[in-house]
Amino acid sequence: MNSTKAIAMAFISGLIFAAGLALGGMMDPVKVRGFLDIFGIPAGRWDPSLAFVMGGALIVAFAAFRREWMRAKPWAGGVFEFPSAKQIDARLILGAVLFGMGWGIAGYCPGPAIASGLVGGSSILIFLAAMVVGMLIAKRVAK
Amino acid sequence: MHPYVISLIGGLLIGISVFIMARGLGRVTGISGIAASALVARDSGWRWAFLLGLLLGGWAISSLLNLSATPVASGWSLPIAGLLVGFGTVLGSGCTSGHGVCGIGRLSVRSIVATVVFMAAGIATVALLRALQY
Repeated sequence: MNSTKAIAMAFISGLIFAAGLALGGMMDPVKVRGFLDIFGIPAGRWDPSLAFVMGGALIVAFAAFRREWMRAKPWAGGVFEFPSAKQIDARLILGAVLFGMGWGIAGYCPGPAIASGLVGGSSILIFLAAMVVGMLIAKRVAK
Repeated sequence: MHPYVISLIGGLLIGISVFIMARGLGRVTGISGIAASALVARDSGWRWAFLLGLLLGGWAISSLLNLSATPVASGWSLPIAGLLVGFGTVLGSGCTSGHGVCGIGRLSVRSIVATVVFMAAGIATVALLRALQY
């Protein structure tokens, strides 16, 4: 998994992901919050951009994960390791609720936050530092 | 080009990134999972490579297209939001990319539920903040 090939593919994939976020407007917290502001629909201030971004991403993602269209092994070797968890439990729901709250407050989810690391000024650095702390705390307490 | 078409193209690019990670490395492109695991797991070279690409790509394209981003949170709300996002995504095993794109892309019911819940929580939070004039 850490061959030169795998590292290069992951790096390029990261670049493309960032380009997609940027073009999609997802690096602008105002647009993200504008999407979550569905009660603004009657007032005409709802911004559906995020739905188009997710729609576009899903079209390709459905194809990406079609088992029938997959080779026996990943291009970089190794094995396919997709998540296998199926349970819908309190942990999943509580985690999603807390994440959604933070997302609504700042307009950043992890991808756009990291992609904005070098361009978002001091506010994004504070957000990222807190996000890392939050991740480490969760790794500790939720084993 | 209409802004929604550009957003759709942005989404397709994210999909291509997900495609490369799925077929090339055999992994889902869940940013919170990649970031959190990079911090603690061994053999995370590919994770750091992805995160570096994301960071540099974000900088490069923002500079190239002269994009603007306006922070919506300030003061204490920023670190609180960061904590919630970091803690919540690890506890709930995913974020917008992991559950919202890859999980739904894999037709995982668990991910569909998570996505509906975090979207609803985000919508409720924005509505509450608006009501409080924040």
